[in-house]
Amino acid sequence: MGNDNILEVESIHTFIGQFHILEGVSLQVPRSSITVLLGRNGAGKTTTLKSILGLTPPRHGVVRFDGQEIQGKPAYEIAAMGIGYVPEHRAIFRNLSVAENLKIAERKKGDLDRKADFIFSLFPDLKRLYRLPGNHLSGGQQQMLAVARALVADNQLLLIDEPSEGLAPILIEQMMETIRNLSATTTVLLVEQNFIMASQLAENYYILDDGKTVHQGKMADLVQDKELIHRMLGTAVRSGGAG
Amino acid sequence: MATTKTETQNLSLKRESPLNRLRKEWAGVLILLLLAAFPFLFAWFSGTSVTDGPSRFWQGLMITFFIMAVYAMSYDLLIGYTGILSFGHAAFFGGGAYTMALWLTHAVPVISSRYRITLPGGANITEVVLFVAGILLVVLVVTLLGLLFSAASARVRGVYFAMISLAMAEALHILSKATDFVRWTGADEGLHGVPVPAWINPTQNRLLFYFVALAFALIMYLLVRRIVDSPAGRVFVAIRENESRVRMIGYNPVVFRSIAFVTAAVIAGLAGALFSLWNMSATPTMTGAIMTINALIMTILGGIGTLVGPILGAGLMQIVGQFFYQWFGPRWPLVFGLIFIALVIFLPYGVIGTWRQKRYAWKRAIQKMFGKG
Repeated sequence: MGNDNILEVESIHTFIGQFHILEGVSLQVPRSSITVLLGRNGAGKTTTLKSILGLTPPRHGVVRFDGQEIQGKPAYEIAAMGIGYVPEHRAIFRNLSVAENLKIAERKKGDLDRKADFIFSLFPDLKRLYRLPGNHLSGGQQQMLAVARALVADNQLLLIDEPSEGLAPILIEQMMETIRNLSATTTVLLVEQNFIMASQLAENYYILDDGKTVHQGKMADLVQDKELIHRMLGTAVRSGGAG
Repeated sequence: MATTKTETQNLSLKRESPLNRLRKEWAGVLILLLLAAFPFLFAWFSGTSVTDGPSRFWQGLMITFFIMAVYAMSYDLLIGYTGILSFGHAAFFGGGAYTMALWLTHAVPVISSRYRITLPGGANITEVVLFVAGILLVVLVVTLLGLLFSAASARVRGVYFAMISLAMAEALHILSKATDFVRWTGADEGLHGVPVPAWINPTQNRLLFYFVALAFALIMYLLVRRIVDSPAGRVFVAIRENESRVRMIGYNPVVFRSIAFVTAAVIAGLAGALFSLWNMSATPTMTGAIMTINALIMTILGGIGTLVGPILGAGLMQIVGQFFYQWFGPRWPLVFGLIFIALVIFLPYGVIGTWRQKRYAWKRAIQKMFGKG
């Protein structure tokens, strides 16, 4: 099934300092789909994205992007291979204007000119705000800019970390619509705490617990399994204990 | 939502409308014209000759100002734009100064006594060719110095790098003072009476040197402005803000930090070379820590992270410093220091930086004042 998956992660182990954060995470992300990583706070979802991109390189395990092993490469090389990353907390460059924030993500000259129509159709606001400095934008607008920045270059895979975090409900709707539209042209690996958003978007899911992938499958099946949802994602339940 | 191609091109990165831009440029052109006319205006107002007395003296002050402005600008490229705190900038300035002085003192006389370079027509261009070779040599030496600093900056960051850069610059400073090389460098005394070619000699041709220094400052200003507005310039600012975000977009920050370093080194080195021509000497003060601190003071005074700021800071320090010297004598740095402290407290982003942040509030306050009065 190698060629059907844009990304394959085989039991990666990542350490941050002395802490063993990921203890064997495995994922397969099929092309042109939305796959979501679920799990409680501290389960290792963000670290998984960072390990794929090489920001916190895994110590063991294999990460295969488009059939090529990428673990151990520097983050800037991995990103340049065609992985766009939208980190949590609206990670834009606040001292650069909206235009400069987008322009800096170009990998080939003219990327932005080619993509401008597409980006502005997803985020009409950004066109109006084009010349404003990033720190004049509202939280929601910054989040949109962070997503838009990942769309400037021809990325085959987008890693999106908690796009709904801190957004007003109406903006969450808008962000969901955008991500759904994106999956037509690219593949999305999403980290999302908001289960309603995640369940409406994703086709496949993985549940992380204590740095391990403990469940996986079709989102349609997970939605039926109220007990599992409660056990794995409900805040009331402490330990995982799944197999 | 159909955006045509031309529309997106109109959304290019220039923030101002063409009319605004023109007005801004006009202010620059006006200042440039004033600076170009300065020697003549000064001579006219003071009723003295353009080539003598106070005119000559003031041209000298302005020449120092132009050179220091370029030096401060190169420092701001590092600290203000790329966010690299370096305490070793004097190494580039002094490195350029010593390279030029050593070349003119020791190499040029030997070479020109043995070889003659002539044009097909028979014109002797040995002097010019050797002078240009000296400039290229300066560029080469400070590029290597810049790469050396880049190599350190690839491994350590922040205050730790600041300390290492200080140590590397001090090593060069000690080398410039070392008695082992007294035959070549003059050790503590430095190199004096550097045989500067007659056509650019500041004692024989002060007015010409004034225009050379002005042209140098202008070219360097345009160059730095071009760099800052370029895609690489945007990456510099992005690195200052958050290096790991730059990495996750697909840029190698080490490469861009090195580009910033080498560019700043070359510009500072050329300023140093011109400074050694101007003083017809190269002394250990040019490689010393005070030289770096001067760059820091000029940049902070004018406004860190702006281009006009360091120029203004250099102007304040050179021209105001001269008046202070007249009023307070050799203790003027003490007074200047107190004013510097006050400025840092009340104008935390420098003159230009604070102005850009507060201009609307200030304009309103001024309007209110006049409205009431």
